Amino acid sequence: MNETVIKTNKLTKRFGDFVAVDGITFDVHKGEIFGFLGANGAGKTTAMRMLCGLSTPTSGEATVAGFDVFTQPEEIKKNIGYMSQKFSLYEDLSVLQNIEFYGGIYGLSNKEIKEKSKELTEKLGLFKEAKKVVKSLPLGWKQKLSFLVAIVHEPKIVFLDEPTGGVDPSMRREFWDLIYDAADRGITIFVTTHYLDEAEYCNRVTIMVDGKIEALDSPAGLREKFGVPTMDEVFYKLARQAKRSAD
Amino acid sequence: MRPLWFLLQKEFRQIFRDRGFIGRLFIAPAIQLILLPMAANFTVKNVNLAIVDHDHSTMSAKLSNKILSSGYFKLAGYTDFNSRANNLIENDKADIVMEIPKGFESNIIKEGSQKMAIEVNAINGVKASVGFGYLSGIINDYNTDIRAEWVQPEASTQPQISVISSYWYNPALTYYIFMVPAILVSLVTGIAGLSAAFNIVKEKEIGTIEQINVTPIKKYQFILGKLLPFIVMGAVVFSVGLLIAWIGYGIVPIGNIAILYLFLLDFLFAILGFGLLISTYTETQQQANSLMFLFMMVFNMMSGLYTPIDSMPAWALFITHLFPVSYFIDVMRMVVIKGSGLHDIQMQILYVFLIGLVLNTWAILNYRKTT
Amino acid sequence: MLFGLPVVQIVLFGFALTNELKNANIAVVDNSKDIATQQIINKMEGSNFFHVQKTLTNPSQIDAAFKSGKIKLAVVFPTNFNQDLLHLNKASVQVIADASDPNTAMTLTNYISSIVTDYQGQISQNSAIPYTIIPEVRMLYNPDLRGAPNFVPGVMAMVLLLVCVMMTSVSIVREKELGTMEILLVSPVKPLMVIISKAIPYLILSWVNLAAILLLSVYALDLPIKGSVPLLVVESTILIMTSLSLGLLISTITSSQQSAMFASMLGMMLPTMLLSGYMFPIENMPVVLQVISNIVPAKWYYIIVKDVMLKGLGFSAIWKETVILIGMTLFFLVIALRNFKIRLE
Repeated sequence: MNETVIKTNKLTKRFGDFVAVDGITFDVHKGEIFGFLGANGAGKTTAMRMLCGLSTPTSGEATVAGFDVFTQPEEIKKNIGYMSQKFSLYEDLSVLQNIEFYGGIYGLSNKEIKEKSKELTEKLGLFKEAKKVVKSLPLGWKQKLSFLVAIVHEPKIVFLDEPTGGVDPSMRREFWDLIYDAADRGITIFVTTHYLDEAEYCNRVTIMVDGKIEALDSPAGLREKFGVPTMDEVFYKLARQAKRSAD
Repeated sequence: MRPLWFLLQKEFRQIFRDRGFIGRLFIAPAIQLILLPMAANFTVKNVNLAIVDHDHSTMSAKLSNKILSSGYFKLAGYTDFNSRANNLIENDKADIVMEIPKGFESNIIKEGSQKMAIEVNAINGVKASVGFGYLSGIINDYNTDIRAEWVQPEASTQPQISVISSYWYNPALTYYIFMVPAILVSLVTGIAGLSAAFNIVKEKEIGTIEQINVTPIKKYQFILGKLLPFIVMGAVVFSVGLLIAWIGYGIVPIGNIAILYLFLLDFLFAILGFGLLISTYTETQQQANSLMFLFMMVFNMMSGLYTPIDSMPAWALFITHLFPVSYFIDVMRMVVIKGSGLHDIQMQILYVFLIGLVLNTWAILNYRKTT
Repeated sequence: MLFGLPVVQIVLFGFALTNELKNANIAVVDNSKDIATQQIINKMEGSNFFHVQKTLTNPSQIDAAFKSGKIKLAVVFPTNFNQDLLHLNKASVQVIADASDPNTAMTLTNYISSIVTDYQGQISQNSAIPYTIIPEVRMLYNPDLRGAPNFVPGVMAMVLLLVCVMMTSVSIVREKELGTMEILLVSPVKPLMVIISKAIPYLILSWVNLAAILLLSVYALDLPIKGSVPLLVVESTILIMTSLSLGLLISTITSSQQSAMFASMLGMMLPTMLLSGYMFPIENMPVVLQVISNIVPAKWYYIIVKDVMLKGLGFSAIWKETVILIGMTLFFLVIALRNFKIRLE
């Protein structure tokens, strides 16, 4: 359980003169639920995209699932899952067809795809709906389905970019149940969010301000360190120093 | 290769789920192929002729009759007054005004010749020259009639050169056979080529492309997965079009249909490359829409579809020769109407292939999974 | 882009589009090779219409030359051409045309015929063949038979329509989509003012475009404005109004920018291109299409521009078309305003 799955050292991303991510250094352990918090514009999404192989860092080092982000992005992609803000399921295809597609491109065999389809639809409680187009599903189901499809190939790590936008609190709770379930199976969860109450669900969180990591600890540890009762207030203390404001 | 298979499966599923699909693939082409050739009929007929007759003689009557019974002309007005005829031309009621002067008959018989003024509205140059061509042909015929009536055959001492004209490949001189194959090219361009651009940009906008970018799918697999369905669609539209051309217009290609399909593949390679290229430069469906509209207009107007390429100024000619569309229209007409063979169109095949290479390479270089 | 695009269009289409014939590649098969054939061939070479491509040696090569697209027409002189002329007073020339494009084939054939007739006249010993009607033709308004006079007015109509109809409708619908339209309507500003404020920028832009188009036509295309320039501007302004009101109308019946654009294209661009008369001859179309063409504003504008710009006519010639355009404008406006008011409830 102490195997390091993500390791970064002074990871930096510059766009011209603008430094979006400024020399961040941290480790993530296997099976951890690792939260990346920060205001809009703090650099969370940029950092995550570098780890996914979507963006090449300007300087620094990072390995994901044991592969180097500069030289082995293709290997990284085989071993990770990703769920974007926009959910990215094909709205005009059915639930089963989406599962089949993503299963197939991640290299699952036909047999495995069948098994996974059964497993996912049962887990979500979808039966007749499985053949319906994703567009017709309510938002909460789409979100959960998105997550499960992102880990259909049981990757080492799954990256979630603001996964709970626009969904009500009870739905969010159910969503996080799925996340715990995955973490228990050994999948590392890397999640960015600006909902601070979700920080409590994580094992450890970092808070990014202006491209730098200003805090890195478990939620309890942070609350104690800053002497405040909620993560909201931890953030407030840190964010007051922030100079940037939109991603 | 397995990922490619799943990609294609997804694409075709999405296409079939799209309700507008049947419309786009079959009905829209059918309607266009039926309506457009009806409009794009450049045959010069029913030329409105106004006759100003100052002579009112047997000859003037005979000449007028001969002209009007030829079937090319409609009488716009028969008057004694020049001013009235001029009015008719100004108001677009007459295309040509023919003035038979006073003393027409007597001058021809006594003096041997008679000038006759003809005024033609030449704003549309082709219509003017073809219409006038009909008229002067009839006048010449009438000349021959007069001489036959008045001159003894042996007394003819003037040299006469007769021009025997024949019209090959389209003796009926219809416009359908010229326009339908070309319009079909325009259709295939729109449906296969430009829709491809649209499709990719839509994914960009929705965000599913980013999802694909994170997966192990390789660049070339994604691109192939996008292009292959449109190659199929292009071939389907083309085939449906050929069928409609046959059933609706009785147009049967004189040349080898296999050659047409060969060129179609070459063409699709190029035009899909173009679609791909556009998709790499646009971010929203709206942008793609505007760009597509612009290019379709330019292709439709400047590729020789309605106006001949040969008449264009040098710079326009140069631009035209950058479009795969221009070559395909040319090839279609050559093979369908004249039965041209492979070696007749080898340069066109080559050029289109080269254009395709450039476009596709450019597009692939542009398209990057990592920013 | 709103200024550049129309200018680009007029340059592209105004300059490049033409149906005039020149530099047509033709071939000659001369089986006589005598002085007569030589003189006729010289005449052909001297003409702008032709480019005597190559001298084929036998007629069987003609089919191949047509098929490879190298020539459009072939002239075949039989053997003993001049001999026949001198001794028999009769000779014939065969003209074979590639009739893929019928008008081109006929026109080229006619040109050759007139060259032959010219030559015939030249070698006649008497001053004229007896009993001859000599047509003296005057090509009005466009003596050089250029393509620009036919196409430029049509492109003008398209350009003005494009900017006004599409841009106006899209811009209004965008406000609807964004929700800012509602805010405007709740404010003290009267609805009519809102609409006018939307239309005015495009009116001005269209005037600028019109000026650019006319300048280009006159100086770059050599197409002088024969008639009254103020009249042309006034009539163009009326067309601009018609397009703006059409754009307005479209904006009241569509709810997304996408569909506004689509409706503009389908309801305006396509009919304008097809049915205004400048690309395709309306008189050749089936009656149904001819009737429909009457509700296309561009058709009337095209007539007006031709009459004023190319024929130099005055208002008395175009009052009917003007009235029709004004009528259409009012019609669109009334319906648009009515729809607008309904929306508010």
